[in-house]
Amino acid sequence: MNIKADQISQLQTPKSDSEIRQVWRHLRRNRMAMIGLLILALFVIVSIFAPVFSQHDPIKLNLINALQAPSSDHIMGTDWQGRDVLTRILYGGRISLAIGFITVVIGLTVGIPVGTISGYYGGKFDLFVQRIIDILIAFPGILLAIVVVTVLGVGVEQVMIAVGISTIPIYTRLVRGSVLSVKEEGYITAAKSLGIGDPRIIIRHILPNCLGPIIVMSTFRIATSILWAAGLGFLGLGAQPPDPEWGAMLSNGRVYMRTLPHLVIFPGLAIFFMVLGFNLLGDGLRDALDPRSRKYG
Amino acid sequence: MYGYIVRRLLLAIPVLIGVSILVFSIVRFIPGDPARIVAGVHASQEYVERVRAELLLDEPLYLQYYVYISNLLQGDMGRSSFTRRPVTAELFDRFPNTLILTVAAMGIATVFGMGAGIISATKRYSLFDNFTMLFALAGIAIPVFWLGLMFQLLFSVQLGWLPSSGMESWRNLVMPAMTLGLATTALIARITRSSMLDVLGQDYINTARAKGLVERVVVYKHALKNALIPVVTVMGLQFGTLLGGAVLTETVFSWPGIGRLLVDSILTRDYPVVQGAVLILALFFVLINLFVDVIYALLDPRITYSTQEGS
Repeated sequence: MNIKADQISQLQTPKSDSEIRQVWRHLRRNRMAMIGLLILALFVIVSIFAPVFSQHDPIKLNLINALQAPSSDHIMGTDWQGRDVLTRILYGGRISLAIGFITVVIGLTVGIPVGTISGYYGGKFDLFVQRIIDILIAFPGILLAIVVVTVLGVGVEQVMIAVGISTIPIYTRLVRGSVLSVKEEGYITAAKSLGIGDPRIIIRHILPNCLGPIIVMSTFRIATSILWAAGLGFLGLGAQPPDPEWGAMLSNGRVYMRTLPHLVIFPGLAIFFMVLGFNLLGDGLRDALDPRSRKYG
Repeated sequence: MYGYIVRRLLLAIPVLIGVSILVFSIVRFIPGDPARIVAGVHASQEYVERVRAELLLDEPLYLQYYVYISNLLQGDMGRSSFTRRPVTAELFDRFPNTLILTVAAMGIATVFGMGAGIISATKRYSLFDNFTMLFALAGIAIPVFWLGLMFQLLFSVQLGWLPSSGMESWRNLVMPAMTLGLATTALIARITRSSMLDVLGQDYINTARAKGLVERVVVYKHALKNALIPVVTVMGLQFGTLLGGAVLTETVFSWPGIGRLLVDSILTRDYPVVQGAVLILALFFVLINLFVDVIYALLDPRITYSTQEGS
């Protein structure tokens, strides 16, 4: 019996190498997705290797150089404390990328187990979880994150937790929905009739088949998280000085907007392109992971 | 039909209770003495003690919630710890402004989004279509607060056409409504286009054309009506994004709405107002969703049948 069960589980492990290669092949043919990937690769490289690309310090004051327009020394000018704007944008990429990924990890860490149990077992637990999610999604858009920040206080870590918490209901609902549809498949019934235990069925057979929607959603959620975190930074509820966070940079540059528009133009462009990159990649992944559209691709 | 509407109304009640519990918890979760937190940093010890007694802060939580909810049901949300005015009065002053802004933004998004979507679908792969799709991609990636600042730079600083902030006349509404509505315009354009393309490929459209109907009648009478259902769904969902975005847009344009009141209150630690603003925004959103669900059921009779079968 065990040998048979193992054979079945190998047959049904769906995201094999060839599957990943197939998705990649489809993704590679999608020009927009490749542009998105390229934008993101650029952001990752320049923010990780920020010290290589700029000799300036993103934090240290240099008041003699304050409020300079863009020049050959400072391509994007300097801010009111004399710091090079380009350097701060490069280092700010680290903060935005970290916020994007960590919030999604928070959402996944809670959303996957709760959504799976909710969808797989149903019953009272499911009913209870669904009501809590109904309450959490009653807060429009960024508002739940604002509520959490109100309680936790301001700062980058607090924003990560706040935005992360507000993604939990979205993941829980998504995972629950995917589990509900996968668990009706014939191979799950087959696995059950072979006497395979629930934990093994969930981990080996159900979750791998829910991966597609989770990956696509995560790509889009990273984009939204970056936007929300920048929004909180802009409102003064996020990263605090002297952190080179893009939203906070915009908010501080506003005062000088009329005379030195570069202080608000460049950080905004950085947010825009990073979010665009994740959205383009998300669109491409959605098409690549959907077998229906792949046929025609 | 009525059964569905009543059931949908009843389902909103536990959600509203849950929202009230969450809002009630805000001041209890913040580290420190809840009486001091509600009364305000600069309140006298006497006032702090009065708040403590009024809110039964020394009693068990369920009693505190009972007091909170019975006050709330009588329209009493406490007093601002900053102005000492009743929170209800503060919200009453501001809420119509948020409503005007979000409705104007939704209006812009509906007209331009649906218009662009329809033209794109009927003139597929044209220059206009490509431009619309590019706009639809960019529109949802632009940070709303940055867009607001860019509009200010262009229309107020450079061109001098529109006032950059405040709300003295209708001209003050143009930029904030455009700012807030842009992302939704992009999304509606995208959904309308794909939904129209779906419908335009159906057999009954070919039949209508074969009958010799004018293209205009085919598009607007036969196709659009059927293409609208997914668009209405997205519009309902987008109201949440608009309300969230209003918090940012109002801050950029100094628009005296609930969103700006919320942010100001968080920064000044005026927690009774924070609670009130959060509650009113969530309540409004729940009511809109309820409204959209009912409209949706009216538009598409299949929905009520399926929920009846499901339950």
